[in-house]
Amino acid sequence: MRNWEVVIGMEVHVQPRTRSKMFCGCAIGNLGDPPNSNVCEVCLGLPGVLPTVNKAAVEACLKTALALNCEIPRHTKFDRKNYMYPDLPKGYQISQYDLPMSVNGSLEVDGRRVRIRRVHLEEDTGKLIHAGDKLHKAWESFVDLNRAGVPLMEIVSEPDLRSADEARDYAVGLRTLLRTIGASEADMEKGQLRAEPNISIRRTGSEELGVKTELKNINSFRALHRAILYEVARQTEVLEAGGRVVQETRGWSEAEQRTFSQRSKEFAEDYRYFPEPDLPPLELDPAWIEDLRRALPELPGARRARLVSEYGLPAADALQIAADRDLADLFEAAVGAGAGAKPVANWIIGEVAPSGKFPTPEHLAEVVKLVTAGAITRDQAKEVLLESVETGRSPSHIVAEHGFAQVSDESALEAEVRAVMAANPRAVEDYRAGKKQAIGALMADLKQRAPQANPKVASELLLRLLG
Amino acid sequence: MTDLTELTIKEAARLLRLRSFSVSELVTAHVERIERLDRSVKAFLRFTPELWEKQAEEADRRILRGDLGPLVGIPMAIKDVLCVRGVETTAGSQILRGFKPPYTGTAVSRLFEAGAVMLGVMNCDEFAMGSSTENSGYHPTHNPWDLERVPGGSSGGSAAAVSAGEAMIALGTDTGGSIRQPAALCGVVGMKPTYGRVSRYGLIAFASSLDQIGPFARSVEDAAIVLEAMAGRDPLDATSSDRPNDVLRDFDAGVKGMRLGVPREYYEVDGIEPGVKAAVDKAVKALRDAGAEIVDVALPHTDYGLAAYYIIAPAECSSNLARFDGVRYGMSTEDAQNITEAYTRTRRKGFGTEVRRRVMLGTYALSSGYYDAYYLKAQKVRTLIKRDFDTAFEKCDAIISATSPTVAFPIGAKTQDPLSMYLCDVLTLGGNLAGLPGISVPCGFSNDLPVGLQVLAPQWREDTALRVARAYEVASGVKAEVAPLA
Repeated sequence: MRNWEVVIGMEVHVQPRTRSKMFCGCAIGNLGDPPNSNVCEVCLGLPGVLPTVNKAAVEACLKTALALNCEIPRHTKFDRKNYMYPDLPKGYQISQYDLPMSVNGSLEVDGRRVRIRRVHLEEDTGKLIHAGDKLHKAWESFVDLNRAGVPLMEIVSEPDLRSADEARDYAVGLRTLLRTIGASEADMEKGQLRAEPNISIRRTGSEELGVKTELKNINSFRALHRAILYEVARQTEVLEAGGRVVQETRGWSEAEQRTFSQRSKEFAEDYRYFPEPDLPPLELDPAWIEDLRRALPELPGARRARLVSEYGLPAADALQIAADRDLADLFEAAVGAGAGAKPVANWIIGEVAPSGKFPTPEHLAEVVKLVTAGAITRDQAKEVLLESVETGRSPSHIVAEHGFAQVSDESALEAEVRAVMAANPRAVEDYRAGKKQAIGALMADLKQRAPQANPKVASELLLRLLG
Repeated sequence: MTDLTELTIKEAARLLRLRSFSVSELVTAHVERIERLDRSVKAFLRFTPELWEKQAEEADRRILRGDLGPLVGIPMAIKDVLCVRGVETTAGSQILRGFKPPYTGTAVSRLFEAGAVMLGVMNCDEFAMGSSTENSGYHPTHNPWDLERVPGGSSGGSAAAVSAGEAMIALGTDTGGSIRQPAALCGVVGMKPTYGRVSRYGLIAFASSLDQIGPFARSVEDAAIVLEAMAGRDPLDATSSDRPNDVLRDFDAGVKGMRLGVPREYYEVDGIEPGVKAAVDKAVKALRDAGAEIVDVALPHTDYGLAAYYIIAPAECSSNLARFDGVRYGMSTEDAQNITEAYTRTRRKGFGTEVRRRVMLGTYALSSGYYDAYYLKAQKVRTLIKRDFDTAFEKCDAIISATSPTVAFPIGAKTQDPLSMYLCDVLTLGGNLAGLPGISVPCGFSNDLPVGLQVLAPQWREDTALRVARAYEVASGVKAEVAPLA
């Protein structure tokens, strides 16, 4: 691997958040809807129908382009990409060819600037279900056109990524950005974000690009990472054995954890692109673009930097919190409610993010303050936080109800500590004989008998009495 | 009593309100005439008795309620490329046999709402590709003035029906002349509106950037009434315009003081028949006598129009017709071994020769490596032709010429020579390339066959085209008449 450089460009298809399809009024629907239930004459491609542009999709695409620092030309148009396949009802896909909605953007990934070539709009195809292996071998195939005509933004990067890690971080970064600006839910499992890396390798120091393969069927960030690692290893092996990489589309098999050849690109299909005559070119009003630009929220990159500079968070914490708009909003609001920045960050990263259960900022701040003041233990605090999420009641109420208030008064604790010592004579003996780890059993028992005891005060008292 | 099948809209509307007859009687008179004549004319592909009965009853009720809409109860024929909910619509092609659209297109819907009564579906060249209706996937239609001759095309069934008195009005579509040329050959009025004036929603596309829906009628005024009823912005067609729908403005103002352009290129076009020329020259004189100033204008790129048209239209058609793959509707072969075979067999069997020729021409013209030389070049020519018209319209208000270089030709005369058939549209397709409104009105006969006068106006100036056509009708006294069929 030392002699090879990895070169990756990404094509990412994102379903913008819209109520209806790209060129008709059909609802987007949900994953489990009955086949062909979200369709009309337009998305079925019946004779005589015409497309009309969904403005919400254009808006989502423009917002995405702006958030990716793209240039937005005054004129843009749709084109037809012609090919016949049973999941494509019109025999062509309406896409954008030589005048896309936006060009020349960038996204910062792991501190590096990855160039974005273009962001354009198109429509999704339907879905085929085969009784048998694939279309040409199936004895029966079924067509579900619920997805046909669903809007898609295609975000194409330049081949600026240099590792599987970077490619994954790029995709994660895109998702964060899309969610932050509200352009898409970008849920990979629901197919709302589909990443297709183009991968090639070349001798380190070489300026020429190697022959690339394009990977499809990737439905998680983990799969993206693994598929790239596999493909890089495969290409390296081929080249080091003196072979040559074939330009092709390869699928990722999650079950077998490997890529496999799907379609050779040596006989590339001629899509016969030409301007879509049913849709006049779009003249994008600069005032509208300016309004959209002004309405953009703070983007994840800027926010991450601010979490470091304004709150003094470590870079890693800032990265994780800024990656999710809801987490970042919660963080800033809880700190605003008077809790310390670092402890709030710890609670968000340790509790809120993994569970996905969001307390109100006020409640989180209250819990953090109670712990910091030593009024309740960490374990108690977790319970209180959870209960406040579920019931909506304030942490101080919950603490009072459960009698969770922590006891830090030594004189009040002495009786309990002595009782623990009396109940565990063996451990006391061991400790006094030098087996210092016996203290653990005593503390555990103390926690059982006196959960309200401040652990720090109680352990100091225990040590002194054992002393 | 007046023959109910020879009335114009205005006359029929007046008599319906006077209760001289009911809509049902008016419709029955047409149906009886169809039963008598259409065996020889063969203008209809299908009849729609459920529709005409229901619509005639409804129209009679509207008239009783005092509805003064001009189209209430008017018998109408619809070209087989316009989708009507539940009515088999096949674009004249076997590939769509049995296809019943689940929706009605905008133009037809608007006429239904205006009270028109649909009699049936009219024959046409397959997917509107042709100039004689001989390319129909079903049967040829015969010219009511001479049954041995073609009615023109592609909207030949619509033109023939209006000419034969089988329908008072009809809808056609015009991509390169498919309304105006058959109107000329059948001796009726036919109008192609400005591109974008009438919604194309529900029109089975041939060439999307050229197609327009328009009316056939037996008077200029009738054509204008139908156009006005279906024109205007449609949210379902992004290329439809919200320009004011004022096509009848100055309708009767005459041509006094108007400048009418005569382009030499159109009068000296290859193959123009002396009889056609004579009839048109007479029409020009009639308009001059009516007070118009006749001015020479130039359309220097006319020669390239046909070539550009036969790149652009097939290119768009090759894409538009890709959906006819036998997977979801229409004809489908059942014995294919795989999907590619299913596609090729269905399309080879379902499409006729001319359609396959144009799909192949268009596919070639759009192919990588040829796109610049063909499609892009043709689009540049299209721009030059638009400029020709822009320049010409600086010198004149409208352009007048023959609609077709020839009168109706014998059935079979041109079927072996596609290029000679393509030349039928040489005077009309410029209007499609430039998106102009154009109308053809009868201007006499040559060898007892009708000749048409074409009036082309600047974009969105249907009012001008209609005004000139109307002025000619009044000045010459030449009126579209029902063909003298037994």
